[in-house]
Amino acid sequence: MRKVIMGNHALSYGAMLGRSQVIAAYPITPQTQVVELLSEMCADGTLDAKFIKVESEHSAMAACLGASLAGARTFTATSSQGLTLMHELLHWASGGRLPVVMGNINRAMAPGWSIWSDQNDSLSQRDTGWMQFYCGSNQEVLDTVIQAFKVSEALHIPSMVILDAFSLSHTYEVVDVPDQDKVDEFLPPYKPRIRITPEEPHAFGGLTGPEHYFELRYKLQKEMEKAPALIEKTGKEYEKFFGRYLGLVEDHRCGDAELILITSGTMGNTAKVAVDMLREEGMKVGNLRIKVFRPFPFETVRKILKGARKVAVVDRNISYGYHGIFYQEVKSALYGQDSNLPLFGFIAGLGGRDITPETFREIVQYTKEKDRPEEEIVWIGVKR
Amino acid sequence: MKKKKKYEKIVFQSEKEVPMMPMSVGSMLFNKTGAWRNIRPVIDLENCIQCGICWKFCPDVAIYIENEYPVVDYEYCKGCGLCAEECPTKCIAMVEEEK
Repeated sequence: MRKVIMGNHALSYGAMLGRSQVIAAYPITPQTQVVELLSEMCADGTLDAKFIKVESEHSAMAACLGASLAGARTFTATSSQGLTLMHELLHWASGGRLPVVMGNINRAMAPGWSIWSDQNDSLSQRDTGWMQFYCGSNQEVLDTVIQAFKVSEALHIPSMVILDAFSLSHTYEVVDVPDQDKVDEFLPPYKPRIRITPEEPHAFGGLTGPEHYFELRYKLQKEMEKAPALIEKTGKEYEKFFGRYLGLVEDHRCGDAELILITSGTMGNTAKVAVDMLREEGMKVGNLRIKVFRPFPFETVRKILKGARKVAVVDRNISYGYHGIFYQEVKSALYGQDSNLPLFGFIAGLGGRDITPETFREIVQYTKEKDRPEEEIVWIGVKR
Repeated sequence: MKKKKKYEKIVFQSEKEVPMMPMSVGSMLFNKTGAWRNIRPVIDLENCIQCGICWKFCPDVAIYIENEYPVVDYEYCKGCGLCAEECPTKCIAMVEEEK
């Protein structure tokens, strides 16, 4: 059924269609309508799940851990300060190999207090061992949640489904909401490899000395390395069911492009519009929108960038003291390749400042005119 | 008394033997935390009303119930004193350990 829904509700519908069994969430700012709708669904019986209202995001993730450990399919959602308050428990989820799926609305970190889009909240969870999916449309949000359950449960690694504040979270779009029975066929109930029951009690997360800890982490990384291929395979399976492919990246006219933009989230779709505009003006540009940040799709990125003469990475985030975070990943993906491809790193749109097609025109202009970037970081749209 | 079984230390030889998540690897059978204790709980069973509050509150599961009365497992009790604090009849005294 086609519905006009906001991004937050696309997450809720994804969690509903995925038949989440336990949802634990903190209900106040920086929370969004994601769990509001889910709590209504639980109350009126649309969704047969236990909704646990908790006093903080830290507790929300803790409740999700317990539920997941007991074998339930588990979902939560948060944003910015809430996500970072969860930070400790994010390690518990991945280290405990619990396939929790969480929606995160990318909001800028305080201070100053902000509810506008910026990726620093989720990107500062980079090393927690979660998979991270960055969405470009409400449809993609819904489709990603359903696929994230499948991939997470196969690998026993948690997933974060991420969308921009306002430009997706509160923006209404037409979304095809798939039929429940078709989703059930695609996503069977969760079958945990290990679960705790009162009949078979276990100690979880106990003291682990140097003789075993190392292997636990080795195993987590080895499973994570399987994720890119599995995400592609799951994407193809999903496409057979619902006609839409998710995959690791979106390649928009990169094939013969001399200049490739690298983007993520909604600005990736704005970049597509800009690319089409600039193509009309005769410029050979393309846009590579990265959908999966962890695991980072190194192989795919290398392959797509092969023919390019210049690459411009646009980051709506910053790792203070170095650069944009996607820029760093792309730079390391390119290391050791034959070409000495000029790489330009732009920072734009922090704290929700608009990124428009004109922003990309400016970025493309700069990249075209110069052989190498004149500054380590090229700031776009900052009032200097 | 609680039966003390003889346990073998679990040592995995390869990552393939290591469970996916850190679960029931037996590390606490050998990491006996009782030695951390400066003060020890001593229960006066005369005044114990068998409410089970000490058992419930012990954060290290170092109190177990035997014949309906609480018994402290001194191999693991760290001497935090929570049981003494919570005991409604104040029948748990915290006594200084002798050096």
